[in-house]
Amino acid sequence: MKSYSIFSLLRNALSYHQNWQAAWRSPEPKPAYDVIIVGGGGHGLATAYYLAKEHGITNVAVLEKGWLGGGNTGRNTTIVRSNYLWDESARLYEHSLKLWEGLSQDLNFNVMFSQRGVLNLAHNLHDLRELQRRVSAIRLNGIDSEILNVEQVKEMVPILNCSPDSRYPVLGASLQRRGGVARHDAVAWGFARAADARGIDIIQNCEVTGIRRDGDRVLGVETTRGFMAAPKVACVTAGHSSVLAAMAGLRLPIESHPLQALVSEPIKPILHTVVMSAAVHVYVSQSDKGELVLGAGIDAYTSYAQRGSLSVIEEIMASTVTLFPIFSRLKMMRSWGGIVDVCPDASPIIGKTPIRGLYFNCGWGTGGFKATPGSGHVFAHTIARDEPHPLNAPYALDRFANGSLIDEHGAAAVAH
Amino acid sequence: MSTQPFRLPRGGRIDRARPHRFIFNGRAYSGYAGDTLAAALLANGIHLVGRSFKYHRPRGIVTAGVEEPNALVQLGVGARSEPNLRATQCELYDGLIATSQNCWPSLRFDLGAINDRLARFLPAGFYYKTFMWPPSAWMQYEHAIRRMAGLGTAPEERDSDRYDKRLVHCDVLVVGAGPAGLAAALAAGRTGARVILADEQVEFGGSLLSGSAEIDGRPALDWVARATAELDWMAEAKLLRRATVFGYYDHNYLAIVERVADHLANPGEREPRQRLWKVRARQVVLATGAIERPLIFRDNDRPGIMLAGAARAYAHRYAAVPGRRTVVFTNNDSAYAAALDLIEAGGPVTTLIDIRAEPQGELADAVRAHGVEVIGGSAIVATSGRHRVKGVEVMRLTPDGTGVAGPVKYRDCDVVCMSGGWTPAVHLFSQSRGTLAYDSTHGCFVPSRAAQATHVAGICNGAWTLAECLRQGFTAGTAAARAAGFVEVAAAAAPPAPEPTATPPRILWAVPSDRAGTTSKHFVDFQNDVTVADIQLAAREGYRSVEHVKRYTTSGMGTDQGKLGNIPALGVLSDVLAADLPSLGTTTFRPPYTPVSFGALTGRDIDALADPIRVTPMHDWHVANGAIFEDVGQWKRPHFYPRAGETMRAAVDREVTAARTAVGILDASTLGKIDIQGPDAVTLLNRIYTNGWTTLEAARCRYGLMLKDDGMVIDDGVTTRLAPDHFHMTTTTGNAARVLGWLEEWVQTEWPDLRVYMASVTEQWAVATLSGPRARDVLAAAGTDLDLAPTAFPSQSMRQGAVAGMPARVFRVSFTGELSYEVNVPARCGGALWEALIAAGAPFGITPYGTEAMHVLRAEKGFIIVGQETDGTVTPLDLGLDRLVSKTKDFIGKRALLRPDTQRSDRKQLVGLLTEDPNEVLPEGAQIVVERRPEPPMPMIGHVTSSYFSPTLGRSIALALIVGGRARHGETLCVPLLGKTVKVEVAESCFYDRDGARANG
Ligand SMILES: Cc1cc2nc3c(=O)[nH]c(=O)nc-3n(C[C@H](O)[C@H](O)[C@H](O)COP(=O)(O)OP(=O)(O)OC[C@H]3O[C@@H](n4cnc5c(N)ncnc54)[C@H](O)[C@@H]3O)c2cc1C
Repeated sequence: MKSYSIFSLLRNALSYHQNWQAAWRSPEPKPAYDVIIVGGGGHGLATAYYLAKEHGITNVAVLEKGWLGGGNTGRNTTIVRSNYLWDESARLYEHSLKLWEGLSQDLNFNVMFSQRGVLNLAHNLHDLRELQRRVSAIRLNGIDSEILNVEQVKEMVPILNCSPDSRYPVLGASLQRRGGVARHDAVAWGFARAADARGIDIIQNCEVTGIRRDGDRVLGVETTRGFMAAPKVACVTAGHSSVLAAMAGLRLPIESHPLQALVSEPIKPILHTVVMSAAVHVYVSQSDKGELVLGAGIDAYTSYAQRGSLSVIEEIMASTVTLFPIFSRLKMMRSWGGIVDVCPDASPIIGKTPIRGLYFNCGWGTGGFKATPGSGHVFAHTIARDEPHPLNAPYALDRFANGSLIDEHGAAAVAH
Repeated sequence: MSTQPFRLPRGGRIDRARPHRFIFNGRAYSGYAGDTLAAALLANGIHLVGRSFKYHRPRGIVTAGVEEPNALVQLGVGARSEPNLRATQCELYDGLIATSQNCWPSLRFDLGAINDRLARFLPAGFYYKTFMWPPSAWMQYEHAIRRMAGLGTAPEERDSDRYDKRLVHCDVLVVGAGPAGLAAALAAGRTGARVILADEQVEFGGSLLSGSAEIDGRPALDWVARATAELDWMAEAKLLRRATVFGYYDHNYLAIVERVADHLANPGEREPRQRLWKVRARQVVLATGAIERPLIFRDNDRPGIMLAGAARAYAHRYAAVPGRRTVVFTNNDSAYAAALDLIEAGGPVTTLIDIRAEPQGELADAVRAHGVEVIGGSAIVATSGRHRVKGVEVMRLTPDGTGVAGPVKYRDCDVVCMSGGWTPAVHLFSQSRGTLAYDSTHGCFVPSRAAQATHVAGICNGAWTLAECLRQGFTAGTAAARAAGFVEVAAAAAPPAPEPTATPPRILWAVPSDRAGTTSKHFVDFQNDVTVADIQLAAREGYRSVEHVKRYTTSGMGTDQGKLGNIPALGVLSDVLAADLPSLGTTTFRPPYTPVSFGALTGRDIDALADPIRVTPMHDWHVANGAIFEDVGQWKRPHFYPRAGETMRAAVDREVTAARTAVGILDASTLGKIDIQGPDAVTLLNRIYTNGWTTLEAARCRYGLMLKDDGMVIDDGVTTRLAPDHFHMTTTTGNAARVLGWLEEWVQTEWPDLRVYMASVTEQWAVATLSGPRARDVLAAAGTDLDLAPTAFPSQSMRQGAVAGMPARVFRVSFTGELSYEVNVPARCGGALWEALIAAGAPFGITPYGTEAMHVLRAEKGFIIVGQETDGTVTPLDLGLDRLVSKTKDFIGKRALLRPDTQRSDRKQLVGLLTEDPNEVLPEGAQIVVERRPEPPMPMIGHVTSSYFSPTLGRSIALALIVGGRARHGETLCVPLLGKTVKVEVAESCFYDRDGARANG
C-alpha cells in the first residue's frame, strides 16, 4: 500500500494523478478461506482489518452484496460518542472512541473524525435527573462528560431556542467534548484499503444466499458467485441479520426497522457541535460541506426496504424548527432511509452462536456507527480465539435467554 | 438604474406594463412582471451570477429552470432571507433583493478562486489523503475547510411566515402540465374523475412556453389556453400552479409543495408562504418532461455557456437574448430548433458546431439559410473568457470520437448554447420504485415497469415528438381514469402536431480536448466542480460503483442533485470502465425532487402546536394562585405554589407539612384513566398485572404493577372494579397513551378472543385529591351524601355520590400515606369542585400542594414512581414488591422473572438512604460506591433515584437502587460528588408510618 500524505499528493499532482493505486483490489473469490465475513459495512471491514492486524489472520474474504459501505455505514448521521449509562456499554463505546482518536493515522486514511462535542439536551425535570445520573456514572467510569446549565448551552449553541417559553425549553444539557462526527464513507473505504493492503480479499457484488453447515458446524457460504468454504463465518449484516440467521436455522431477537435521515442544502457554518434531544428525536450536526445533517426516530413498522415515510420527516422537522427557529427557511435537499437492527434491550449482539464457527455481530440499531472500530476490534478477537473479548462477553446472544440484558433504552423511562 | 439592453423590443410572456425594480449585489436593475430573476439579469446583460463550491470559478446562468446548478442567490434580507435559491426559478417582484453567494470580498474578485489555481493539488477526495499530520491538527484543518464550504447563509431571525398543510384524496393526480400532462388531465377530467394537475411553473404549458411549436395548425399556446380553460371549468379538477411534486411514497402517496406567496413583494397577512399538499391518489400520471444535458467539454463552465433550450426559453418566453454572438454546440437536433428560434427572436447565431459528422436535413438547411456556419464532426476543445465566455476553439473529432485532430478554428462569441441531448425526468417514477430501461439511442433512462398505480406519458416516457407526447398524454389520462373506475364519455383524440424527421443524436460523454493529460477541466457537475478527470481518478482508485463515484467525487450531491450531471457522469464512468452504461445502474433517486423548506414540512406544527400542551380543568386557578408549573409529558402540572417571598424549599416544606398535619389538596386530573368493560375484563387484568384481580369485589380498589415481557416494570396504578364487567384503571401521567396502546396491542394481536373494550377517559374526569388528617372533615364540609365513616367507606374502596352538589366517584386510596380521597367529577365540573373544596377546607387549613410535595410525601412512605425508581431494568422483586407478584396465575413478564439473571440475589434493589449529615440533600442521579477511589474508574453499585428534604422527619431522605441492597441495611456507603464525598447509611425504603395506620384510619 502506497502511503497517503501531503507529499504523495504533491508527487502525484506532478503526474496529473495518473499513477494512484487502487484503494483495494477486486480479486476473484477463492474457493476457500480461513474466515469469511459477510457484510462489507464498517463493522465487517473493521473486523477484517483487525483480524489481519491483531491476529495475523489474512486468508479472509469480506463478501458484500452491493457496494462497500452501502448499508447503514453510508447512510447514518455519524454521531460518535461514548457517554453511555451502563458499565458494559461505556467500556465498549469508550474502547471504540479511543480507537477513533487514532484511526486516521492507523488506517492512513483521513476519516475526518471531528471531536466537536456532543450535547444532549434536557427539556424537563425528568430529563435533567436522567442526565445527572448518566453524567455521574459516565464520569465514574473515567469518561469525559459534564453538565451545562442553560447559559452555557446558549453560549455554545446561540441559535438554539433557549427561551423558557419554548415548547421544549432547554433546562440544561450534558456535553461530551470528545464526541463528534466522522465521515462515514471514509470509514468504510479506509478500513477496506487497510484490510486489502494486509491481503484480505474484498469482494463486492457478491451476495450470500445460504449458509452451509454440517450439523452444528459451519462449512461455508453459498453466494451469487458460488460456494466458498470456511471453517469460520462471521455475519455483520445489520438490518439483514435476521435473514442471515435464518439461513443458518437460527432466530435472532431482532426487529428490522427503517430509520431515516436527511440533509439540508449547504450553508455557511452555523452549528459547531452535535445537538441531540432524545425527548423529541432531534439529532443535528453540520457537515464539513455545510449541510445540516438530521436524524429521525425509527419508522414504527418493520421493513427491509431502505425507505421510510414522510410523516416521520414531518415530525422531526416540527421538533427541529421548534428548537432552531432560524432553520425554517432552509431546505431539505436529500432524505433517505436505512434498515436498522433493533434488539429488545437496544444493545448489540456480538459473539458466538449455537453453531460452531458461526459468529454474529448485529443489533446495533440506530447507534452502531460510533462503535465501528471497537466492534471490529473485539469481534476479530472473538473470531480469532473462538471466545469473546472481555469487552464483548456481556453481549452474548444467550443474554436473552438468561435475562442479563443491557438495557440502554432507559426503557420505559418516562416521567411519573 | 440601467436599461435592459438585451431585452427584445417585443414578444415574450412578460408584462411590459408592470416594470419591477430589483437589486442584485447592491446595484439596482429593472425587469418586468413575468420575468424570473435569471431572465431579468440576462435582459440586463448580466451573466456572472455566482461562484462554484470548490474552485470558486465564476459562474453564470446555465438553465432556465429547476435543474440550475450555478445561478444560486441569497434572496431577501432579515427574517425573510433565504439561501441557495435558483435565480432561474425566482419570480421577479418589485423590490426583490438578491446577492451572490460563496464569494469574498466580491463576486468579481473572489479570494477563494485561489483554489482554482491550486486545483491540481485538490483532486477528488484529496482530503482523504492528507490533513492527517500532526494527528491533533485535524480540528484546525477542519475549521478552515468549514469556513470555505457552504453556499448561502442561514437567516439570523425567526421566520415570520406561516406554512400550511393539506391532506387530499383524488382519483387521478397528473404531475406536470406540459403537452402530455395537459392531455392526460383533459382525458381524465372528461370522465368526471377527480383530477389534480400540478405543475411547478407559474403557468401551464411546460416546454411549449419556451418554443414555437404548433398544434392543430395554430400556435401551441392557443391549445394550452383552451385546455386550461376547459380544465378550469371542470368541477372536479383542481389545478395547482407553482406546485412541485417532490416525493412519491408508498401506496400512491405524493407530496407537493405549493409556493403560494413567494412571488409576492408583499405577501398577504392571511396567506401562508407555502402549502404542503399530501395527496393520496388512486392513479398517478407522470408527465414530468425532460431535462437537457450539457456537453462535457473543456472549460464548459464559463459564464455565457448555457443550455440551448434555456437560451431559447429566455428569448422566447422572456424576450431576453443571452448575447449578440452565439455559438451553438450540439450532438442532436433540438439545438437547431433552438438556434432558429433565437435567430427569429433577434439573437444572432454565428456558428453551429455539431458532433455528428455531416449535419443534413431540413433543420441544418434552415440554419444554413440564415447564414449560420455549420461545422460538422467537430467539437469545442477550449473556451476563453474570465467572467464571460469570449471565444471557442474548435477541432475535428477523430472518427471514434475519442480524440481531436486537424487545425484549430477560433470563433469569437459571447454565448455558447450547448445541447447534449435530453434526459427524461424519471425522478418521481424512480422514487415510486418503478424500474428503468436504458435507451441507447438517446443515451438516457426511460421508465420501464411501474411499481404502483402509475402511468407515464410524454417525453419523460421517451416520447420524442410533440405529437407523440399528446397521444401518450391522452392515452395515459384515459387509462388512469378507467383504472380509477371512470369511463370516458367520448374517446378523446389527440390533436395533430407536426412530426419532423429526426436524426438521432451522437452520444459522446466526454468531449475530447487537445490538451489531454493536463489539468484540463471538463465539468460534469458544475456546482460541486466535479470534472471528467475526477471521475477517471475515482475509477482508477477503485471507486467504481456509481454510488462510490458519486460519494468520492461528490458528483450529483449539490443542491441540483445532479439533474444535469448524473447521466453524463455515468456515461464518463462507463467509458472509463469500458462497461455498458446500463450495467452500472443509476444512483438511487430519493425525495425530494427539489429542495423543500423545513417550514413547509413543519406546517403549523411548531412551538405550542408542535406538541399539544395539556392543562386540567383547574389550570386557571393554579395560574391565578401563583403556581410554578412543571412539564410532565404533555401536561402542565403545578410543581409548587410559592407564597410571596417564599423559596421553593420553604413552599414545599409548608405544603408537605400541611398534608401531614392538616389537609392538602392536589390536582390529580392528569393521571391516565382507562375505562375497561366486557365479560373478559378481569381476565385481561389478570394477564396484564402481576397480581390477581378475580377476587376484587365491586367498589374495591387495588394497586397493580405491569411488566413488559422482559419482566421489567413499565407502569403502576390503582384499578377499581366498578361492576363485575367494568373497571376503572389509572396509569402514570406520562404513560397513559402508552398503556392503552399496550393493552390494545395484546388484545388485538394476541388475544382477539377476549371480549373486552377499552377507552381513555383521562380527560373525562377531573380529579382533586384531599390528603391529610382533616381530609374527611373537608369532604363532609363540602357537602356529600356519602357516608364517610371508616367502616362505611374503608380504605381501598370507591363510592359514587354527590360532592358539593356534583356527581362524583370518590376513591379512598392514598399516595401520601395520609387519609386520602381522590374525588373524581366530570371534567366540566373540575373548576367548581376545586373551588368548593378549597372553600370548604379553609377552616381546616387546606393547602394546595404540587408535584414536588407529592414526591416528598410519597418518598417518605417509600412509594415508587415509575420512571424514577424504575428505568426499564427493574423487576417488582427488585422493588421489594414480591407480595404483588402472583405465584399462581400467569401474566406478562412472569416467564422472564424466572430467568437466572432476574433471580440473582445481587440485583439492584430499592432501599432508603440516610446521609450522615441530615441537612445534606443528595443530587438525584448520583452514583453510589462502596469506597471512593482517588481516580476513576471506580465500580458503582447503584444510584440515587429520589432525594428530598423531608420536613416531616426534619432531615434528608433518599431512595436508591443498590446491588444487593436489602442485605446491606445499616451499611455505610459513599456518594462521590464533584469536590466531595457524601457518606450514607442504607435504610428501609419506608421512612414514615411503616404500618400504614395513618392512611387506614
Ligand atoms: C439513518 C441512520 C442514522 C444513524 N445514525 C447513527 C449515528 O448518528 N451514530 C451511530 O453511531 N450510528 C448511527 N446509525 C447506526 C449505524 O449506521 C449502524 O449501526 C452501523 O453503521 C452498522 O454498521 P454495519 O457495518 O454493521 O452495517 P452496514 O453498514 O449496514 O453493513 C451491512 C452490510 O451487509 C451487507 N449485506 C446484507 N446482507 C448480505 C448478504 N446476504 N450477503 C452479503 N452482504 C450482505 C449489506 O449490503 C451492508 O453493506 C444510524 C443508522 C441509520 C440508518
